[in-house]
Amino acid sequence: MASNTDISERQRIAARRLRVVAGHLQKCVQGEGAGVSAQACKTETPRSSPAKATSVPKRRQDIMKWNGWGYSDSRFLFNKKGQGEFTGKRYRLSGMILPSLKDWFEATFGTSLQHKTPATPTLNVSAVPPPNLVEPFVEELKVAGVAASHDPEGRVFRSHGHCLHEIFALREGRIGRVPDLVVWPNCHNDVVKIVELACKYNVCLMPYGGGTSVSSALECPLEETRSVVSLDTSQMNRILWIDEKNLTVHVEAGIIGQDLERQLNESGYCTGHEPDSMEFSSLGGWVATRASGMKKNIYGNIEDLVVHIKMVTPRGVIEKSCQGPRMSTGPDIHHFIMGSEGTLGVVTEVTMKIRPLPEYQKYGSIVFPNFQQGVSCLREVARQRCAPASIRLMDNEQFQFGHALKPQVSSIFTSFLDGLKKFYITKFKGFEPHHLCVATLLFEGDREKVLQHEKQVYDIAAKFGGLAAGEDNGQRGYMLTFVIAYLRDLGMDYYVIGESFETSVPWDRVLDLCRNVKERIVRECKERGVQFPPFSTCRVTQTYDAGACVYFYFAFNYRGLADPLHVYERVEHEAREEILANGGSLSHHHGVGKLRKEWMREAVSTVGLGMLQSVKEYVDPNNIFGNRNLL
Amino acid sequence: CSGSPPSTMKRPVRKKKKNRLLSSRAEPASFVDILEERRRGSDISHALRAFSPPPGCGAPPPSPSALNKMVLESQHLRYVVLEVRDTPGQEEAAALLDEMSQNLQVTFIRLLGFALSKIFTRLFRRIQVNEDGLARLQQATQEHPVILMPNHRSYVDFLVLSYIMFTYDLSIPVIAAGIPLMGMSLIGEIFRRSGAFFIRRAIGSDKLYWAVLSEYVRTIVRTGFAPVEFYVEGLRSRTLKSLTPKMGMMHMVLEPFLKGEVYDLSLVPVSISYDRVLEESLLAHELLGVPKPRETTRGLLKARRVLEQDYGSMHVYFGNPVSVRELAKGRIGRGQYNLVPRDLPGRPSEESQAFASAAAHRVVRLQERGTVLSPWSLTALLVLQRPDGTRWDLLARDTLWLRGIALQLGARLDWPADLPDLEVMSSSMALHRSVVRCEEGCVWLVEEAGPEPVTQEEGVFRRASAVLMCASYRNQALHVFTRPAMVAVAMGTVPGHSQEDIYRHFCFLRDLFANEFVFVPGCGPQDFEEGCSGLQQCGAVSATDHELKPTEEERDTIVFLSAILEPFIETYQVVFRILCDERLQVFTEKSFVPAVRADAMKLLISGNPVTLRRDTEGYLPPTPTCCKLQCPNIYFRQSHCRIHPGSCSPTPLCGPQVATSSPI
Ligand SMILES: Cc1cc2nc3c(=O)[nH]c(=O)nc-3n(C[C@H](O)[C@H](O)[C@H](O)COP(=O)(O)OP(=O)(O)OC[C@H]3O[C@@H](n4cnc5c(N)ncnc54)[C@H](O)[C@@H]3O)c2cc1C
Repeated sequence: MASNTDISERQRIAARRLRVVAGHLQKCVQGEGAGVSAQACKTETPRSSPAKATSVPKRRQDIMKWNGWGYSDSRFLFNKKGQGEFTGKRYRLSGMILPSLKDWFEATFGTSLQHKTPATPTLNVSAVPPPNLVEPFVEELKVAGVAASHDPEGRVFRSHGHCLHEIFALREGRIGRVPDLVVWPNCHNDVVKIVELACKYNVCLMPYGGGTSVSSALECPLEETRSVVSLDTSQMNRILWIDEKNLTVHVEAGIIGQDLERQLNESGYCTGHEPDSMEFSSLGGWVATRASGMKKNIYGNIEDLVVHIKMVTPRGVIEKSCQGPRMSTGPDIHHFIMGSEGTLGVVTEVTMKIRPLPEYQKYGSIVFPNFQQGVSCLREVARQRCAPASIRLMDNEQFQFGHALKPQVSSIFTSFLDGLKKFYITKFKGFEPHHLCVATLLFEGDREKVLQHEKQVYDIAAKFGGLAAGEDNGQRGYMLTFVIAYLRDLGMDYYVIGESFETSVPWDRVLDLCRNVKERIVRECKERGVQFPPFSTCRVTQTYDAGACVYFYFAFNYRGLADPLHVYERVEHEAREEILANGGSLSHHHGVGKLRKEWMREAVSTVGLGMLQSVKEYVDPNNIFGNRNLL
Repeated sequence: CSGSPPSTMKRPVRKKKKNRLLSSRAEPASFVDILEERRRGSDISHALRAFSPPPGCGAPPPSPSALNKMVLESQHLRYVVLEVRDTPGQEEAAALLDEMSQNLQVTFIRLLGFALSKIFTRLFRRIQVNEDGLARLQQATQEHPVILMPNHRSYVDFLVLSYIMFTYDLSIPVIAAGIPLMGMSLIGEIFRRSGAFFIRRAIGSDKLYWAVLSEYVRTIVRTGFAPVEFYVEGLRSRTLKSLTPKMGMMHMVLEPFLKGEVYDLSLVPVSISYDRVLEESLLAHELLGVPKPRETTRGLLKARRVLEQDYGSMHVYFGNPVSVRELAKGRIGRGQYNLVPRDLPGRPSEESQAFASAAAHRVVRLQERGTVLSPWSLTALLVLQRPDGTRWDLLARDTLWLRGIALQLGARLDWPADLPDLEVMSSSMALHRSVVRCEEGCVWLVEEAGPEPVTQEEGVFRRASAVLMCASYRNQALHVFTRPAMVAVAMGTVPGHSQEDIYRHFCFLRDLFANEFVFVPGCGPQDFEEGCSGLQQCGAVSATDHELKPTEEERDTIVFLSAILEPFIETYQVVFRILCDERLQVFTEKSFVPAVRADAMKLLISGNPVTLRRDTEGYLPPTPTCCKLQCPNIYFRQSHCRIHPGSCSPTPLCGPQVATSSPI
């Protein structure tokens, strides 16, 4: 996500053309021309082209942590000097020292670096329950040429998502119910075969995309007695064709976000769908959970982006007969698929909208005297329908947290706080350091328009006491997006557990909801014996015409608690109750999974739930897709 | 609650079991006299002291005009203005708001502080406040918006409260006051500047007025810059007995919580009790139908006579803040507003109404529990049972006995330990020379002096006024005894000792007296348990699995407790009798009370004893009937013309129709 500001107009256009051309040439090498390429599904085709190099190997544990977030080489730690540090080479923050992290960490959580809670270093394979295999099923798979494995590490890896309780258990070396077998279909037809066999042998299938679920969606139901097969979509990851006339792309559903974007970029395009988990989450996962991307203001959420979906169900394949941009053919069948969370079938191929790469990107940030003013500004921006590609408003705690991640030296990290202090005395007079909050912005489009747009937004901000606080701060904010997920593992090394959760809520309730939920978290923690006030913060991450998406972070120091997980779960539960009582939704984009199932009836009414159930009953009467999410 | 017996009764009420409510109410409070320092120090420097209350939970206080602007520009008012009137509505709303709004100014608080220091030191020997309660209040103001909910016994109630807040450096509350106070030109303005806002008495169905008022109150609660103070009883209690709460203001203050606009609210019950109430003589007259003088500044000045007298001490007990969030837990779904704009005008849902009502009743109960009783209140109870005079030594002996019971039942008594009991009792009684006299070892009620000769009516009137004054002080203590007394009465009307039967009769009484005493709706079982364990505490009953039996040793207690309720029961009987009289067919509440009064007068004069039928069924019908009558205030009783209303039907509501005016 490099800023293009410093490239002159002409250079940029030229560069883009070159990329487009290069993209086409690469495609042509492999097959058809005319901007449309197709590839047959050949199981053992070596993936030669660098553009196709998948970033997800079958043995994911080779590059990713088995009991934490992300790549094995990247993690936060406190070095011998007690300084915070981020390891690896992948991110802009990699290899940097974070001098203020320790103080912030200790002050915020009341922890001490002396008190460590290290994770079990390696998976104890003998603790993994032996697989319950249906031999003829495995045999027939082999005959059909579908890759499968019951290697314990692989099974454990696919037994969870990234909820706190899942990771916490792994760190303690506790292994629950894990899938009995992992299969790797290579294409749509493989999936058809697998589903057929699963029906034949009454085997339970659980689709597995990127594994980034945060709703317990990937947990094997304890009550499941059949053989459980994890259907790993990672090898179905090809872009099958790009249609430049209609600006669509047809992709296999196992592709992960960063690969899709990178490959499209090479052709001069993008989908613009960038959920924070895009390094690991998959297209099929997005469809199955109704995902939302950071830049939805320009590109839309997943439901706005898909044009056509193909899904394999026990009843057969479901898809529409054409790619018309809108239809009136009864309830949209895509809406049965989107958000079905793997309960109906496997999404195998998706046609998505694409856009030419934006010619110009510009970050920005605004400081507000307080959160309320910030929310009012975002509301006004939404009213005028002039939201930039992304606009996010952080509360004061998150603003301070952002500072804790400031590296020692770096050009893009020009000292904000120092600048601010000066600012504070002069222009910021009246801004309370413990009240002010920051919005980060990302504009995209052609240069003229971006600059115009930028001015419009800053003018609105000024009306709410907002002051422009520079591009760097904005860029830094977005860059942190990807590394923040690594921080939880650091916390867990020192008695700190936490999680994020989200909701959507009408505009007029945003402030009340934020205040009440944060307060509820603080109170519930106190009542449940948490010794130190928790970190309870929020940000408004998306704006809509009629409301906003709010994202909460919540973490606390669990020293002295007999059952920290239980405390954590109760508090999260109460926080959700509070959200619902304040007019917030059950979920804006994380989905329901098993974690939030108990509220589904309340959320969609008994009839609504019945509708969904009857779809499930028709499509999958034997509950082959038995992950028991949602319903 | 009349149906099945409470589940708590399934298990035996064990003798040793401590009732949580009782024990919490008996916890000792240490009071501090705030006048002591005033007597020693300078009133001027008190008035000019550095006054810097800690910031509340909300934003800094908006100026009164900024507050009014917020109200006028609110979406809620815009909706209502659209709904009721067209454009002039906006101006009208502004005018209403001008009439209503407070104009709190610290200078005036100081002025008032100065004046009140002068006045209070003259009126009262002591103003006792519990500092621990103030500390909790201070804590509460920093966390959430606070609603101060004092009981209302005297005009000076709210002055005293603001004075205390000023003295203790707490935010001066914004106070809901009645419009009549505003009528007093100078005083009205002073009150306004001391933080009072004014509410019309009869709002009726004036939608715009309701909207302005409720938005005004909600805005203050929401912004949380100062505590909101209002009398949940709605009126000054003329009988000194707690009144059942009025719901209008209660809904307004609760709404911001129910709509999620604030995280929580703290309801702080404040119990104000006077050894002697300033308006003492007015009370009896008002109850007897003599119109109350209009509140005018002049009238107030004339009341200077009041200043010459000794009113003893007053106690102000700040109760534990009650978290509305805690109260609401599991009782009300806050999601009820999820599908409509929260500003949309609308009646509170049934669920909210029930919740608000329970909360309001609960607060009044807490006020009762915080009340500090003077020894005289106990003596008055006994005097009323012997209205023809009694020997002082017997009275003193019985007062001591009653003190024991009251303490068992968890009453807070102001009974100095360092003085001999006899002195305590006699000096407490001496304060009430205008009501009761003790001469030559005998104690009797004092009848008002007036021109002789007296007509029969005047005679009854004078007598009644003495009895009523005495009854007012008894009423202060009544709440301590109501529940055990109701159990005692119920036990007397049940053949056998089955808890279940007793509970059923208890419930009948509870329904009957729903407007007479304060019962939290839906808490029948708890009330019964409180009554039972109170009796057990006094050793008056023994409880087994399913039975409740009076003990031999303490029969007197049972008899005494039942006797406390007798005047009330008899009053209801008289009223029911009148209601059953065919002559009365349709009448308004307004004409009803005088009619009852006149009838009662006739009965008293004729001295015609009407026998009370007390057969097995007695006045307790097998199927309890809920009587929703506003009880008229006539429960005096005289020995020389004792009313024994008898043969009236116990189910009065089938009789004439009562056209009640709509309650506020
Ligand atoms: C750090 C972090 C940041 C995140 N940020 C965002 C964000 O910005 N926006 C957002 O929307 N979400 C976000 N999420 C949540 C998560 O990434 C999304 O729910 C994502 O869509 C899941 O995709 P996945 O490929 O990882 O699916 P998985 O986690 O593998 O599976 C999720 C569910 O989808 C089902 N499923 C997966 N693939 C298929 C398929 N091909 N066919 C049928 N069902 C399938 C699974 O059975 C499961 O029920 C975040 C999660 C984390 C941990």
